[in-house]
Amino acid sequence: MRYKEDCRILSQEEIGKDIFSMWLQTDRIASEARPGQFLSVYTRDASKLLPRPISICDADPEKGCLRLVYRVTGPSSGTRQFSGYHKGICLPVLGPLGNGYPMDVAKGKRLLLLGGGIGIPPLLYTARSLGKNGDVTTVLGYRDKPFMDQEFLPFGKVFCASENGDTAIRGNVLDAVRTEGLSADVIFACGPKPMLRAVKSYAAEKNILCYLSLEERMACGIGACLGCVVRSTEKDEHSQVNNKRVCKDGPVFLSDEVEL
Amino acid sequence: MKNMKVSIAGVELKNPVMTASGTFGSGEEFSAFLDLSRLGAVVTKGVAATPWPGNPTPRVAETASGMLNAIGLQNPGIDTFIKRDIPFLKQFDTRIIVNVCGKTAAEYCQVVERLSECPVDLLEINVSCPNVKHGGIAFGQDPVQLQRITQEVKKAARQPVIMKLSPNVTDITEMAKAAEAGGADAVSLINTLTGMKIDIYRRTFALANRTGGLSGPCIKPVAVRMVYQAVRAVNIPVIGMGGIACAEDALEFLMAGASAVSVGTANFHDPAATVKILEGLERFMEEQQVERITDLIRVVE
Repeated sequence: MRYKEDCRILSQEEIGKDIFSMWLQTDRIASEARPGQFLSVYTRDASKLLPRPISICDADPEKGCLRLVYRVTGPSSGTRQFSGYHKGICLPVLGPLGNGYPMDVAKGKRLLLLGGGIGIPPLLYTARSLGKNGDVTTVLGYRDKPFMDQEFLPFGKVFCASENGDTAIRGNVLDAVRTEGLSADVIFACGPKPMLRAVKSYAAEKNILCYLSLEERMACGIGACLGCVVRSTEKDEHSQVNNKRVCKDGPVFLSDEVEL
Repeated sequence: MKNMKVSIAGVELKNPVMTASGTFGSGEEFSAFLDLSRLGAVVTKGVAATPWPGNPTPRVAETASGMLNAIGLQNPGIDTFIKRDIPFLKQFDTRIIVNVCGKTAAEYCQVVERLSECPVDLLEINVSCPNVKHGGIAFGQDPVQLQRITQEVKKAARQPVIMKLSPNVTDITEMAKAAEAGGADAVSLINTLTGMKIDIYRRTFALANRTGGLSGPCIKPVAVRMVYQAVRAVNIPVIGMGGIACAEDALEFLMAGASAVSVGTANFHDPAATVKILEGLERFMEEQQVERITDLIRVVE
């Protein structure tokens, strides 16, 4: 089920340049949220018409808490408004939305998590859900300074790459994968489209099962408006054309399923 | 209990609140958030004779108090629509209005003929999509063409026909009159206004299609004015839409003379917007001691 809720903000902090982390108290969403799903987040004064799709970074189903990590995209943006909401204020959200990562596929396999920039947050709940028994290696790519990288340490090896050399490895996530000679049975990736394109061709070349979480401009967020489609390799059963809905059929797709 | 019933071309609606085509799919995705049986009618997303892939992305962009879209009439085609979407909607106690799109008069008629055997209450003909080269806008901006396509569709149609008009014209009354002269049973307006947004950081158009249709609260005053003008130009019912986000907005359209209203972009802000607007109308009638919703229609002269 999906719910529209006013969620009380439990905490809000800036954890990197323009990167904010917010914990929310939910009635039902946290207990149903799966790794890789997202929320539609609305401004409180309805000054922005459309919700912002923001991935679920982490959840505590028992306490009913849920964490969002998001980037402020500009001075007059909706995300700038979100960043100004203090603890105790209620935030209107709709969710959980989308399909999420196929966690059963990763069980008992060597999993490689590849995150780029603001694509990193949803991988945290993914890593946590596999538990400490999972065989997880995480590679995180940044433009400059890293954020959240320490939080992945309990779940396996973590490698960080950054384009200007603020981390041990200079370059992007795939440079790090190659430099460190990392191998895997399954890849879960989330990041900007150029990165996902590169990951898709890397996985095809190495014959690794690969799932990509995509981002697209959305309006309804529930699969009705057809605003956020991605080209699919096969004809889609619902649309009857080579288009899938990122918000409803995704955001996570098998890499062979989509054309980027 | 207030009397909310309205009538469009002989079809009775339990209340005047409908969905605007293209914002509500065929209702399936919204049924998790509201009971579709509470709506006066569900107006489906436009359907063509064959599946259409639509435009490249980005297809949507937010603007001040509104949004631009250039979906490009992506739709699964009439075969899938008849097999899947109509049976879904038949589960609910609401009127079904199917929006029809096409590239040629023959294509519109093909879809309309297929629908003649279906349990559909009304047809809405989309001659006003600004986002597809041959998506009907040529028919919707020339009164001679509009009258002709209306006549063709009327010949093929079993159900009453609503012509959906474009606001991207100099004189809306001329277009409403052309539809009426062609035999339309009703008109609906407004479709979106053509607009453009530049993404200054990417230094290109915000939409892949460059231009898109502007909708949302920012277009409401334009829509109310056009509905007011159309109502006074023709003797067929006018269905009003354009930026309706609350009951007060819907009341403006009704008082301007609309026989029913459609809620569009507001569905993206709140999936239950339609039902909230209906409840707001009932509350207003309670406060103002109005017994029948029809007593509020065309109260301004």
